[in-house]
Amino acid sequence: MKRLIPVIAFAALAVAAQVVSFAVGKEFCLTQLTMAVYYAIVVMGLCLLMGFAGQVSLGHGAFFAIGGYTSAVLTTSDFSRFEDSAWIAALKRAHVLYLKADLYGGEVLAATPWAAFLAAMAMTFFIACLIGYPALRLKGHYLAMATLGFGLIVYKMVLGSSITGSADGITGVPEWKLFFGLTVSGKSALRVQNYYIACAVALLLLVLLMNLVQSRVGRALQAIHDRETAAGAIGINTARYKLSAFVLSALIAAAAGVFLTHYNGGIGPSEASTLKSVRYVALAAAGGMGNPWGAALVSTIINFLSLRGWFGSYDNAVFGAALIVIISLAPQGPLKPLGLLIRRIIGGIRAPKRGGHATP
Amino acid sequence: MVDASLILQYFLSGITKGSIYAVVAIGFNLIYSATGVLNFAQGEFVMLGGMVAVTLCLFVPLPVAVFVAVIVVALVGCALEIVFFRKLRHHSILHMIIITIGLSIVIQEVALHLWDEKVRSLPYFTGNEISSVRFFGAAVSPQVLWVLGTVTVMVVLLHLFLRYTARGRAMRACSSNAEAAMLAGINISNMRTLSFGLSAALGGLAGCVISPITMTHYEMGAPLAIKGFAAAILGGLGNPTAAVAGGLLIGVAEAFSVSQLPAAYSDVTTFILFLLALFIRPHGLFGSPSGEDVREV
Repeated sequence: MKRLIPVIAFAALAVAAQVVSFAVGKEFCLTQLTMAVYYAIVVMGLCLLMGFAGQVSLGHGAFFAIGGYTSAVLTTSDFSRFEDSAWIAALKRAHVLYLKADLYGGEVLAATPWAAFLAAMAMTFFIACLIGYPALRLKGHYLAMATLGFGLIVYKMVLGSSITGSADGITGVPEWKLFFGLTVSGKSALRVQNYYIACAVALLLLVLLMNLVQSRVGRALQAIHDRETAAGAIGINTARYKLSAFVLSALIAAAAGVFLTHYNGGIGPSEASTLKSVRYVALAAAGGMGNPWGAALVSTIINFLSLRGWFGSYDNAVFGAALIVIISLAPQGPLKPLGLLIRRIIGGIRAPKRGGHATP
Repeated sequence: MVDASLILQYFLSGITKGSIYAVVAIGFNLIYSATGVLNFAQGEFVMLGGMVAVTLCLFVPLPVAVFVAVIVVALVGCALEIVFFRKLRHHSILHMIIITIGLSIVIQEVALHLWDEKVRSLPYFTGNEISSVRFFGAAVSPQVLWVLGTVTVMVVLLHLFLRYTARGRAMRACSSNAEAAMLAGINISNMRTLSFGLSAALGGLAGCVISPITMTHYEMGAPLAIKGFAAAILGGLGNPTAAVAGGLLIGVAEAFSVSQLPAAYSDVTTFILFLLALFIRPHGLFGSPSGEDVREV
């Protein structure tokens, strides 16, 4: 029961945000909130890697972009040129490719969003293994720099290749019909539905992460986090666990990328930039790395405020300052002191009833 | 076919850029040795140095402007250490690194609002944009000689300082064993402040000498910090001499990849080479595995 409390609290918070936005007539805010929730999903994945496995990655923006771009390229490009080949025909029969109307009334043969999603996951898995296997032999700052370099390579390649639309990025990504009539799309009629889809994905992921962390695997990761050599000495396959955590968090980032790309209807190269990657790490740290709930909350709030343009041209400055303040005052993340405060208040109310003296 | 003078030309442009990366990398190393923190605001010192000098240059002669700019940046470095890191001694290293990232963003934004987004530059120290010196068939701007000369003098002086003066030795003592240094009567806090001030001063001076060639812009710090970090890692952290080698290698790799590939991909080749080097030698080219992870804590 105790483990359900945060789940219920978060679900209540999500519903409250929607109800309030409806009540004050500012439902358009839900659009930015949805985007902020998707970004928060990347931060949750990073929490697993940083807070539990103790490995830093300054390249998660790249995985987000790999997911988003793979899905965007596959769902928007036209494969009908290759229609004669047996492969394409087979894929068409398997409903991996379908004919859709393009902007000018013609028909193009593109991949279905589900197929593109699976392809994006496979692509991310492959790249994350390829980069993670050698990189995770590196430690501390060396690992940070290697992942930073990897992110920079992806960013420059996305920016320089014509298949990813160079500096313009890709637009016209179709909506993604999930199931039971649920659709990931940026249409304003589907705004509320999409907000709840994003929240549900995030909440599901949080629950899965909390379960993972409290399992045998989670304890192994914790041991690696605390003292890698000691963990290895007691028989934990440190290399394998670290790689699994890295690949899993990369997949989570890529999945967020796919969802947000369908939601926005496009993706641009700035998603892969170093600043984005650094931002994710900073948000994970500010939220309290070992605390995915705090990280999710802090990153949703900060990203929402900056997406709404609250800080105007001071956006980056406010982000930097918020980072410094949060980390200097509450290095464990703001939820921990808040929780202690609430507990003290509740304790203060309860204690006098029992025996007169307040608990110290 | 590429002829020899062209290769020399690329090589010279590579070591010019590389020497600036080297200075940033040395700054990383100085602070890392003294505090264990990687200061991602290191590139901002270079930017601040250039910006302050350009502004002062409107009122005073160039040498005075450069001198004052270096002092100002050094004071900024000291102030950052005193305000943030002295207070946050008990935070984990990762938290302090994140704070330096925050500082770098804030400094950048302050610079944007102080100086606007225009590109500025100092005048050439000697000669002008079109004057050049012939060097084995390659044309070299006199400013390049200024950069190389200044960086060489800086590195040599720093080396002498760390090796032969009491204060320099105290700094090295702090980096090899802070507790023992404290027991020997060294004021560690002051040494940390000194390391911030020193690396800020180095960065500021580099920002001044490079300004006529690459121009000074409020956003120039972050890319420099990344390249400087790469240089420090490539050489092996904690070793200033290796950082110079790392910086030069990265600069030269960049210059030659521009000569062979579209400019958009120059960083791609540089960083692929960098990653390969790191995967083959996980502790940097000149570093050696330390026993740190089995040390008793």
